[in-house]
Amino acid sequence: MAARKTTKKPNVSAEELKTYYREMLLIRRFEEKAGQLYGMGLIGGFCHLYIGQEAVVVGLEAAAEEGDKRITSYRDHGHMLACGMDPGGVMAELTGRIGGLSKGKGGSMHMFSKEKHFYGGHGIVGAQVPLGAGLAFADKYKGNGRVTFTYFGDGAANQGQVYETFNMAALWQLPVVFVIENNQYAMGTAQSRSTSTKDIYHRGEAFGIPGEIVNGMDVLAVKEAGEKAVAHCRAGKGPYILEVKTYRYRGHSMSDPAKYRTREEVQKVREQSDPIEHVRELLLSGKHASEDDLKAIDKEIKEVVNKAAEFAKESPEPPVEELWTDIYA
Amino acid sequence: MATEILMPALSPTMEEGTLAKWLVKEGDTVSSGDILAEIETDKATMEFEAVDEGIIGKILIPEGTEGVKVNTPIAVLVEEGEDVSALPEAAPAAEAGNEAAAPAAVEAPAPAPAAAPAAPVVDLSPDWPADAPMKQQTVREALRDAMAEEMRSDEDVYLMGEEVGEYQGAYKVSQGLLDEFGAKRVIDTPITEHGFTGIAVGSAFGGLKPIVEFMTFNFAMQAIDQIINSAAKTLYMSGGQMGCPIVFRGPNGAAARVAAQHSQDYAAWYMQIPGLKVVMPYSAADAKGLLKSAIRDPNPVVFLENEILYGRSFDVPQVDDLTVPLGKARIWREGTDVTIVSFGIGMQYALEAADKLAEDGISAEVIDLRTLRPMDTGTIINSVMKTNRLVTVEEGWPQGSVGSYISSVVMQQAFDYLDAPVINCTGKDVPMPYAANLEKLALVTTDEVIEAVKQVTYR
Repeated sequence: MAARKTTKKPNVSAEELKTYYREMLLIRRFEEKAGQLYGMGLIGGFCHLYIGQEAVVVGLEAAAEEGDKRITSYRDHGHMLACGMDPGGVMAELTGRIGGLSKGKGGSMHMFSKEKHFYGGHGIVGAQVPLGAGLAFADKYKGNGRVTFTYFGDGAANQGQVYETFNMAALWQLPVVFVIENNQYAMGTAQSRSTSTKDIYHRGEAFGIPGEIVNGMDVLAVKEAGEKAVAHCRAGKGPYILEVKTYRYRGHSMSDPAKYRTREEVQKVREQSDPIEHVRELLLSGKHASEDDLKAIDKEIKEVVNKAAEFAKESPEPPVEELWTDIYA
Repeated sequence: MATEILMPALSPTMEEGTLAKWLVKEGDTVSSGDILAEIETDKATMEFEAVDEGIIGKILIPEGTEGVKVNTPIAVLVEEGEDVSALPEAAPAAEAGNEAAAPAAVEAPAPAPAAAPAAPVVDLSPDWPADAPMKQQTVREALRDAMAEEMRSDEDVYLMGEEVGEYQGAYKVSQGLLDEFGAKRVIDTPITEHGFTGIAVGSAFGGLKPIVEFMTFNFAMQAIDQIINSAAKTLYMSGGQMGCPIVFRGPNGAAARVAAQHSQDYAAWYMQIPGLKVVMPYSAADAKGLLKSAIRDPNPVVFLENEILYGRSFDVPQVDDLTVPLGKARIWREGTDVTIVSFGIGMQYALEAADKLAEDGISAEVIDLRTLRPMDTGTIINSVMKTNRLVTVEEGWPQGSVGSYISSVVMQQAFDYLDAPVINCTGKDVPMPYAANLEKLALVTTDEVIEAVKQVTYR
């Protein structure tokens, strides 16, 4: 991960910066809490944390309009929080309780919100890519001007269905932004060991899909690129690819022995490129906020997360009848 | 305020672990992300990171301790200036409880034991008025009419697949639809089943009602992850929020002389999946009425057709809006000596056998399941209670067949009524051969059905 460029003076309001700070911090604190609850045995199974990648969804959500759709993989908590889904509902789904967004039946990897146009939360690597193009297909069919953000990782980028989808999305000019969240490791396999090309977005060129690299540790850069991509789609020009270079600080899932990369590598990114620290510096150096202002935000976020965790612990398990519901509409 | 650091669960199956090594000592200042300790789990040695910042006030479990239960306090984190002496002493690992662990799994209610054999209540109402005028139509035409009628009445219904448009359908089922509905609603896809199936499923999540035509169901194996993991399971996984109204249709099973990769019956495969409905019609009237119901159904429906039946003509009632409910079997022929249950092209063998058996004085009741999931087992049970003998007929393989499921249901619900073991007539347990003589041997035959009936009736 290249060190962040800090030379450019961002043209952004104090309020906007504070919003990004708050939203990214919410994701980080939420994920830390989820990690704790997992350690306590309150969350089971697979749990994939988003820590380090916060600027990606926060930046792209800033480029979205009401009614735009989003779909992603199993590393989905950040996406849900960023599009405004209730932290308590997300956390209670992680603990498998009736108050969870899927009534405790989906878990960490399978959550949805029709209201927020969040279409999951998908557990099969790459499967969300044609599904996302399908959402865009429906929007184009209805002519409603909406755009779908279809997120997938550098690992999923090697699935065949991604390229089947690129072909049809380009052929049919579907309004879909393909967001490759390149955190450089497909589970434990470094990109250089799994992927023939250094920059994955180039693969879109074979299908005539434009794309670009984005610094995923800089929320402002992500937002700017997102706006460009969305404008392209909304203008009816078809799909667009954003390859967002990012980094996950935690393991692939909670049971990651972390043998495939060095501690120093992770520490270096944390120290030099942390997306939340970046906005914090901008706020402080631009005199948009004082240390006390930020402490107040930290406290506010901590309370939101604690409340979510309390709800997730107190919400009861789903009643046994739920075993047999929601199989057929 | 002092915070206890608990022994973490580091994998989905971990209950205890070894605290292999402490990487901090009492008095050290730590911040979020610092490694505190190395912990050996059942799978690997893992680093355990600090989540909060603070000072290590006390280490409660010394390194090298084995069998430390998850959630045992292993250290205490304090804030600057806090009094360390007031902290509790190290507790032996064995005493540490596991109170915070997730509540114990609730036992699923056991399946209800087979009730005393009482006749199930089944829907015996006719599917159309007895005096409806009839017209001879092929299955192919009936399927096309069903799609056209539903597309006329609902703008959200569209057809997608290989060669469904300009080519007019690889088997001409979609003939004329492009002309009537245009390229927006009759969509030729590239040869890319996995991708276009995913797109269709996504569009169903997005509010449309796609009909996906597979040139044959053999090719749907490329897309089966999207059919099962995405289409069938999402309603459940979303707690009822996100349904998937979609029909996957196309020819299934053996055609003629196309060998192993193009001649497989998937009825038993799809029938196993909760969240899917599975239909396999025989007659043209049922094909039309069931396809219309499938398109209107809010669930994903796998609609298994048969290439050989496409050209076969049947009476089709000429009524406005012919629909046949999913999950309702049809009694084609009433009888008293034996029940023959089949579906799809298997019905051809079942009906031929019944005709020939009648010449020998054996009266066979023939049931067409029409829908395999949900299955109208009530109609089967009622019939077996009358005839006391059952033969099932299908083209698929014997192991894990539709017939074996029916046999188990009948054994549980009507065991006392059976006067002979149930016989499943199936395709042979081999990949489909190409050679004409071998292919004939691999398929189920009318003679085999007759032979099975004679066995169960002890003739």
